[in-house]
Parts: sequence; structure tokens; C-alpha cells
Amino acid sequence: MPVITPRKTLTSYDVLIVGSGAAGGMSAYVLARAGLKVLMLEAGRDYDPVKETAMFQTNVDAPLRGESTKDKPFGFFDATVDGGWTVPGEPYRVKRTGSNEWVDASDWKAKQTNQNFMWWRPRMLGGRTNHWGRIALRMGSYDFKPKTRDGLGLDWPFEYKEIEPWYDKTEALIGVFGTNEGMENTPDSLQGSLQPPPKPRGYELLTQKFCKPLGIPVIPSHLAILTKPLNGRAACFYATECGRGCAIRANFQSTTVLLPPAIETGNLDIITNAMVREVTIDKAGKATGVLYINKDTGKEERATARVVVLAASGCESARILLNSKSNLFPNGLANGSGKVGRYLMDTVGSSLVGQIPALENCPPHNEDGASGMHMYMPWWLYKEQLAGKLGFARGYHIEFGGGRDMPGMGTYIPDPKVYGTALKREARRYFGSIIGFAGRGEMIPNDDCYCEIDPDRKDKYGIPVLRFHWKWTDHEKLQAVHMQKTFKDIIDAMGGKVLGTPQLDPEKAIMAGGTIIHEVGTTCMGSDAKNSVLNQWSQAWEVPNLLVTDGGPFASNADKNPTLSIMALAMRSCTHLAEEMKKGNI
Amino acid sequence: MLTPAPLTRRDALRRVIGVSIALASMDLTSFGAAGGRGIGTDPNLLKKEIPWPRILSDAERKATTALADILLPADDLGPAASTLGVPDFIDEWVSAPYDAQEKDRGVIQTGLAWLDGEAKTRFGKVFADSSHEQQTALVDDITKDGTPAHQDAFGFFSLFRSLASGGYFSTPEGWAAIGYVGNKPLAEFPGPPPEVMKHLGLA
Repeated sequence: MPVITPRKTLTSYDVLIVGSGAAGGMSAYVLARAGLKVLMLEAGRDYDPVKETAMFQTNVDAPLRGESTKDKPFGFFDATVDGGWTVPGEPYRVKRTGSNEWVDASDWKAKQTNQNFMWWRPRMLGGRTNHWGRIALRMGSYDFKPKTRDGLGLDWPFEYKEIEPWYDKTEALIGVFGTNEGMENTPDSLQGSLQPPPKPRGYELLTQKFCKPLGIPVIPSHLAILTKPLNGRAACFYATECGRGCAIRANFQSTTVLLPPAIETGNLDIITNAMVREVTIDKAGKATGVLYINKDTGKEERATARVVVLAASGCESARILLNSKSNLFPNGLANGSGKVGRYLMDTVGSSLVGQIPALENCPPHNEDGASGMHMYMPWWLYKEQLAGKLGFARGYHIEFGGGRDMPGMGTYIPDPKVYGTALKREARRYFGSIIGFAGRGEMIPNDDCYCEIDPDRKDKYGIPVLRFHWKWTDHEKLQAVHMQKTFKDIIDAMGGKVLGTPQLDPEKAIMAGGTIIHEVGTTCMGSDAKNSVLNQWSQAWEVPNLLVTDGGPFASNADKNPTLSIMALAMRSCTHLAEEMKKGNI
Repeated sequence: MLTPAPLTRRDALRRVIGVSIALASMDLTSFGAAGGRGIGTDPNLLKKEIPWPRILSDAERKATTALADILLPADDLGPAASTLGVPDFIDEWVSAPYDAQEKDRGVIQTGLAWLDGEAKTRFGKVFADSSHEQQTALVDDITKDGTPAHQDAFGFFSLFRSLASGGYFSTPEGWAAIGYVGNKPLAEFPGPPPEVMKHLGLA
């Protein structure tokens, strides 16, 4: 069983962390640097982006020109190991459209699925931070008190001002480019702390020009990619996709930014291939450690610590708690409120593609850039929405991309009959003329979206698996229709042609739950132990030496992609934990 | 009534395309990995390895090569498809043990057999051995509405063109043809050059 340290593990630790991604990495970074002895358990294998990332490899260097397969659903070079929408031997249960029967999830194409829920899991050190979109947006003041503002959903137990300094520290640590625009509910960062954004691409400037008369702001995006060197890490060299990971450590990954300095303290041990089954407790109901399966031997083993931090991803941490049943906690650990697994949220997703004649026959030039979007559209209709003019309560931002990306399969040649030299001329003419628009919107937590333990099904380690309940409300469905209309308006304004048809049926405009891979809320924090699982420090109300630091604590899921907020929250909670442990309070 | 009539090539092709359309509307992962090993969930990303054997016969490879070169010939925009390994890529694709590729395999193999059969009927030779003019005449018929050839083989032509184009434009020579000039390390990202700003009406 690989241990990522030069020595053997200790018999007991101050803190045990389950998971090594955004939450586990940040928790380990804070706690190990505070001088605490930390053991991290990761369910997947060791992974080193510096050695394993395919930098500069082209699609010719991949099987099937890098196309998606069920083995590698985001393409061959995507930095996901042993995972995706399904994980071999680790099922989860879903319902399919029109059926009430529970079945194992099996789909690997998110856009075509008729599963009620899709759950993306990798099995590797660093988790999803190895391939994530690097979009690092702060939640704003409305987002922490949404119920106070419009009466819907749940409030967080603190205000934006409380977490603002933790966003500042997180951004300074990981490196984020962007600008401060002073826009409503789109917080500015600490003056001078953002790195300069890369110059916009041609199609981004063109989109900005045509969005202006529509009243849609197009501003520099905030991505966790370095444009200047930081803490020994190199700046981006504007080639190869971030989704592959980054061997020069220019973008943020837990494996390149958080784990190395944590290991350097000498206070962090990491065991990989360790699949945690449950949290153990003593007679007083305090957490004592975990039971896990050593995947190399198949045997169950025990690890102990004074404090347990779950950072296994929202749903996986909820699963561990629900599987930790005892006489003291018959419904699962820390579940006196009945809220573990509840308030599961994802992000509303809907997209539309357009072909823009103004981009045809463009002189060849390099548009790779920092791989992700250099610009985006933050939500711009707060006032109209609050006045009740839109028919749905929460907003969305728009991510858009296109341009002259490295060619793979799927050449756009609209004339179905052309061949020969004319085919090449057409391919050249239309190359880079396609723009895809994707809405990413806020979902309001509801009683019909949750995960629970399936009474019958177990994974190959004998651990009971999750099953997912899901129902969008009109707030999400009408928001998705609004996205479709907006995208069509933008494409029309640009003189473009919509490829496909804008989907105006509220039942069909929205993608399936989980497909945006922002699942949060399953161990929500609150100010009242009766209605929430955690207090404002991510501590379980009923088990103070047990924390959850992943997306589980989220009381709302604003349109802003959750990773940055997960890290800011984990930094705040673990800093508080270290102080309390030093004071002897935990 | 009891003995089914033998399938004509046309019927067979229609049937294969019909099945493909039916399959495309479902998500049948259980069909996957039928013949041979796939990429796996943790491949070495730094080393290209195709774990499955190529399945096209010599005759099918020959027809693939000839058709790929008709679709993507040598010209001022670059070399012919066959010199860039496009026929081998098509073989790699249709041989892969995944649902989507298995579906394509049926369409391609049936289509190639039709192509050779049609060439033999019309020119007395398989497609690859026919003259350039004959090959072009046949492909023209496939792409012309209202001809029997179009009715039989246009679905095959579309799929073949899509695979050949993807295989072609993803090569370095294909990049030059389509106008891709990236994948180069840069100290700074320059943004669009003046001629692009002018082209886009942003200058």
C-alpha cells in the first residue's frame, strides 16, 4: 500500500483527512503547516502531474485521435484516472426517465443521458482538481444570505464579509488571474492580488461587441492559472489544455500546489488506495478514526486520530456518514437532523452552439491562450429578477468557447456533399467559426433532491452504495429556457446561425442533475442543529471532533463554480480547528 | 415464405444504417468492449498504444485508401490522405471495441463492399483499380440527389468523410491545411494580430 512519505505511518495522528482534492488538499495544507500530525487517506492511486501529464501531445498521439470513450469520457488526455461517470466496481443507483426502478448508473455521455443523476468520480491523488475547469469565481453577498434576500432556500450561518479574507488568502496561495470590475454580487478581489488576465481572443472580443447592445456584460474571467510566476511555479506558456493537468504547475491542482508544501512540513503522511468505509466512534460518541479497505489486499484496516476531517466530495462524505451507524447514531453519524444527504444541489446547465460567418476565412493565428475562457458573462439581471420580472429566482453566468482549437474529430463542413480540394477549402473556411455558449446557473435546494444509502446494493469492497433522488423545480427549468433564449439572441446579434434548435421546452432545456459536476449541500451548515448537519466551522453539531470540508457544507450553490469557495471554506474551518486544538478545546 | 430472400447489397446497407440509427438513440454501454481490449481507465498518456488489432481486410484497406485520396487529394493545401496515415486511422477507428466505433464498423465495411461491387458492375474493376475519372464519377453519383448510388451509399459517404477529415486535419500537415498554428509555447499571449482585428471589423 503506497505511503507518500519516506517513513512508516504513526500509530495515531492529530487529524485524519479523507480525500486529497480541493478540500482534502487545503485541509492538509493548513493543518500540517499548523504543526499538527496529519494522515490523509485517498481512495485512488498516487498521481504525479509533473511526470504523467501529456503536455504538447497532439490528437495524433492518442488512440482514436483523443476522442471520448466510456473508458475516458472526457477524452484520452483528460487527467482523470480510473473514473468518470462510472467507476468500475463502484456502482451508484439512479432512475431512468419513465421508470420507477432503481438501476446501476451506466451512462457515460452526460448530454444524452436519461439518468436522473450523473456522478463524476476519479480515483487518484488530487481528485478532480487535476482536470477541473480552473474557473475560480467568488460567491457574493447575496449568495450567502439568499433566503434573507428572496425568501427561498437556505441562508449560510455567516455573511460574505466573514469569508472575504479567506477568499483573499486562497487566491493569493493558488494564483488566480482576472480583474476587479465592481459589479453587483460579483465581488472584487483584494487590490493587487489578482494576476493580469491574458488578452482576449478575437471571437471573445467579437462576442463582447455584440453583447453590449443586448446589455450583457463580457468581462475577463477569473481562472486559477498563473500568468506570472508564483511561489516557484512557472507562468502559463499558452499551449496545451488545462484539463490534461499541468506538468509545469502553472494551473492549480491540489497535487502541485497544496500537497507538496504540506508534505514538506514533515507532518503529513498519505496512504493511497485506501477506500474509507465508515467513521469509528468511542462510547461517548466522539470520532476516533476510520475503517478503510486496503484496495491492494482487500482487507479492512483501522486508522485513528483525535479529529476526523471528511473531504471526500459532497456525496462521498455523506455516504461515509450514512454508513457509520451505531447504537448512538442509528441513522448514521451526525445525522440527528436527518439532513445528511439532503439538499443535494448541482448547477443548472444548458448550452447552445452557433456558427458565426464573421469568423469565417480568418487569417490563421494562434488562439490557444490559457486553454479556458479569457472572458465570460457574469449574471446581469439581479434587479429585474428581484422585481419578479423573470419568473425564476436566481441567476446564471455564461461560459463561452470556440475558436481555433487544436483539430480533432468533428470537422465542421456544412455542405454534406463536398469532397476533394473543395473539402479542404471548406474546412479551412469554417475553422474557428463556431462558438458554444454554456449557462451555469444557481439551483435552489429542495426536498426532492437527495442521496441515501441503497438498501441492497454494495460496491466491490462490500460498502453500501448511494442512490439518488432528483427533481428540478420551475426555478431551474425556466432559468434554463432563459439561457437558451439568451444564447439565441447573442448568436442572432452576431449574424450567426444556431446549430441545432434552441430548446424552449422547460422539461428539456436543462441537463440532468449532477452533469455539471458541482454536487454540494449534502452535509449543509447552518445556525441551528435541528436543521443542519454542521456549524459555521464545518464541525458536526453532534460530533465536534468531526468536520466536513468539501462541498457538503454549502447552504446554497450560487452560479459561481464551487471549487474556490470549497477551498476558502476549508481554509477557514481548518484554521479554526487548529486554533481550537491548540487551546485544548477539541 | 419460409425461406427469406437473400439480402441484396442495398438491403444490407440499409439494414446496417437502420440499426445504427436505432443504436444511436440508445445508450447501450453493455454492448461495449465486445471484441478485444480497450484503452482502459488508466492508460499511459505519454505513449500511444492501440491495444486492439486492426480488422479491415486487404481489399477493404485498398478501397479505403483509394476513397480517402479522392476525398482528400494532394493539392496546394497539402498531401494526399494516404500519405498521412488516414486509411490506417480509419482501420484503427472501426476496429475499436467500443459501441460507437462498432456501429461505424458495420457502416464502413458494408459501404466499402458496396463501393467495390458497384465499381465492378460499372467498370469491371474494384474501386481502387478503377481510373481516377471512374472513381470520381462514382463518388459524384453518391453525392447527387436522385441517383440510386446516392440512395444506397450517402450515409456511408458521410461517415467516411467525417472519419477521413478528422484523421487528416489532426496531423501536422492537416493543421497547415486547415490553418491551425497553435500548440507552441509563448512567453506572452499576444491576442489577435492586426489583420485579424481588421477581418473581424474590430480594428
